Amino acid sequence: MTAKSGLSRRGLLGLAGAGVVGAGAGFAIDRFVVPADATGSAPSTIYPFHGEHQAGVTTAAQDRLHFAAYDVSDISRAELVSLLKDWSAAAARMTAGRPVGDGAIDGQKDAPPDDTGEALDLPPAGLTITFGFGPSLFDHRFGLEDKRPAALIDLPHFPGDALIDELVGGDLCIQACSDDPQVAFHAIRTLSRIAFGRASIRWSQLGFGRTSSTTRAQVTPRNLFGFKDGTANVKAEDTARVTDHVWVPRGDSAAWMTGGSYLVSRKIRMTIETWDRTALREQERVIGRSKGEGAPLSGGSEFTEPDFAKLGHGAVAIDAGAHVRLSHPKQNDGALLLRRGYNFVDGNDDLGRLNAGLFFIAFQRDPRTQFVPIQLRLAKNDQMNEYIRHVGSGIFAVPPGAAVGGYVGQTLFG
Amino acid sequence: MISRSARSGRVALSTATGTAALLALSACVPNTATTAGATSIAVESTATTCVVSKSTAPSGTVEFTVTNSADKATEFYLLAADGKRIVGEVENVAPGAPRKLTVKLEPGKYFTSCKPGMNGAGVGTARFTVTSSSAGAQRTGDEKTRAQAAAAEYVSYVRDQVSRLVPATTAFLDAYRAGDDATARSLYASTRAYYERIEPVAESFGDLDPEIDLREADVAEGDTWTGWHRIEKDLWPPAAANDGRPYAALTTGERATFSAKLEKDTARLWSAVNASGYGLTADAISNGAIGLLDEVANGKITGEEEIWSHTDLSDFQANLEGARVAYEGVRTIVVAKNASLATRIDGQFDSLEKQLAAYGSLSTGFTPYDELTKSQVKSLADGVNALSEPLSRLTSVVVG
Repeated sequence: MTAKSGLSRRGLLGLAGAGVVGAGAGFAIDRFVVPADATGSAPSTIYPFHGEHQAGVTTAAQDRLHFAAYDVSDISRAELVSLLKDWSAAAARMTAGRPVGDGAIDGQKDAPPDDTGEALDLPPAGLTITFGFGPSLFDHRFGLEDKRPAALIDLPHFPGDALIDELVGGDLCIQACSDDPQVAFHAIRTLSRIAFGRASIRWSQLGFGRTSSTTRAQVTPRNLFGFKDGTANVKAEDTARVTDHVWVPRGDSAAWMTGGSYLVSRKIRMTIETWDRTALREQERVIGRSKGEGAPLSGGSEFTEPDFAKLGHGAVAIDAGAHVRLSHPKQNDGALLLRRGYNFVDGNDDLGRLNAGLFFIAFQRDPRTQFVPIQLRLAKNDQMNEYIRHVGSGIFAVPPGAAVGGYVGQTLFG
Repeated sequence: MISRSARSGRVALSTATGTAALLALSACVPNTATTAGATSIAVESTATTCVVSKSTAPSGTVEFTVTNSADKATEFYLLAADGKRIVGEVENVAPGAPRKLTVKLEPGKYFTSCKPGMNGAGVGTARFTVTSSSAGAQRTGDEKTRAQAAAAEYVSYVRDQVSRLVPATTAFLDAYRAGDDATARSLYASTRAYYERIEPVAESFGDLDPEIDLREADVAEGDTWTGWHRIEKDLWPPAAANDGRPYAALTTGERATFSAKLEKDTARLWSAVNASGYGLTADAISNGAIGLLDEVANGKITGEEEIWSHTDLSDFQANLEGARVAYEGVRTIVVAKNASLATRIDGQFDSLEKQLAAYGSLSTGFTPYDELTKSQVKSLADGVNALSEPLSRLTSVVVG
């Protein structure tokens, strides 16, 4: 399923003309197929940019993230469409492991190179680039007032929110995920450069270490609390759950979103210094799982279904305010999220505390029945709230994938 | 800045007909005799006026014959519609020794202006219109000719800016030396504009720019800090403490020393750009335009250039004006080779100029940098990025 090993971006450029990249049978990666190497992280992995759905949702979660939200400048609808076309074209090249434009070294010596070059000798590294549209895009500027999907709500205020204005919202977003941090960075840098004059970064986030697995083959990773995260996540193989909970079906909400999804991002600062002074028993009580294996405190192993009624030591084994209880589908009318978050550390704050936490990303069919009710329950009752603070927030409509020759957003603007 | 207000001058009675063969050669545009089919126009430069015999001409070749009736040498300028770019000039016109400027003009609006004494701002600036005619409506010549014309125009512009910088600097320093800080502060930003418009040229002379324009943060340990920003700090002294120690104002003697040094370095700049062998290539001009926007992006938009006076937006404006003049000079080359790039750059220049104009002007002053909100700065930075990205391709098109 993977490209020939050892091919660098420079090598791929030379082969591009021969049609080796992207279209060959050897590259026909279905994003519902688990990569044969069980982690999806072979350096030469290429996920096709074009398709029914955008890549980067059910794709096996890569190890690294660079996420950016953009404000669109004072431009016309036609210029916005040209930006989306330019972005799609560049994304198709970069995800195939190719440099953009005339490349980093093959252009005119008197001109700045089209490609910035830092990914030249790096493999494709499973790069996916996923585009989204924020609520603020749907106003009079681009004649989109009537196109805003009902599901693309303004997120309500959640109890305990400590949002910082500069870390909230955005007209557009790009999620770049890769197993190589420099490949993900290269994508955001390049797309931001292409956007100059049309859109500029409002906020951005680097993430290291995925905190969710999105395929069964992936080992459940740990977040910065040291606990396994995403055990009960929607997995790509659960096609029925993916259909029901992730993708917007035909006839649901706005027609242009068919095959798309809704992305909610939350930058969640963890007060890890306080957490680290908490007894293991208390940590496990807060989460509702064992720290070692990640088994629910009601017993069994990691993937055993939690038994929320089970008693232990005279009380329910899984505390009433435990994170696993409050966030579990059984406690939320079956609402599920495809989580795709990443750990982050942005240096430290003025008090010498690590500015660390979870950059939460979730995909869903409708935030009104999924993220919002789940988060409301958590914000009110989760014992974990003592150790976290939501400082950033975003919601974006992620349109369906682009056809070859098309662009992401064509169903909205086309 | 040259005033755009047209003055209604007297119509000169004398014409230059018949005297062409006697004229000395123009410094910029070689000519030998009256050009066939040219429109002849007489210019009379006095100590205070600049009288042009006709305010319109059909497109094609136009010959200006400049007569000086003052007692000092004069210069005559033909400026583009922006009032900044120099389309043609004739220098060193001595009293009683007329000189001729021959230019091929496209239809459009222009300005005429004289500079008696060859320093300072122009006098008698007036509108001049070129109407469309069958005779050479377009600038003629191949790309090489265009590049040479662009270079000649830009060298004229540089010399003009420096010739204004010299007396303006002295006026500023006179106030500073005399302890008239209020006047010095009021002249600071507008005087620096002459320098900021052509900063990449000054930088091309190696040690000159560091002597004239170094910021305190860039001074190496043990080096003496001189130039504009040394004086800036003394005029806008840090309120309480600087590096933990109270700011010590410069003495009258120190003021005199730093002033003399800046005057001397500015004179060196004048000599350098007026040296007989001084010239520029088209790619140096386009790189100058790019460099000026880089100056804005790196120093002005961050408020680092003028950390004491906070007049960063004045520098921004001057950098932008200088970049536009440089760009307009090579624009015909770009239009011929990559019209869509020219359209993009034109549009971004226009919108950034408009955006910046909301904060003031060089004549009335700009909003101090420290009074701008974060989002205003971000918005200006976005505008700079929007222009800089297409502008960064300019040189490759000019030379490609």
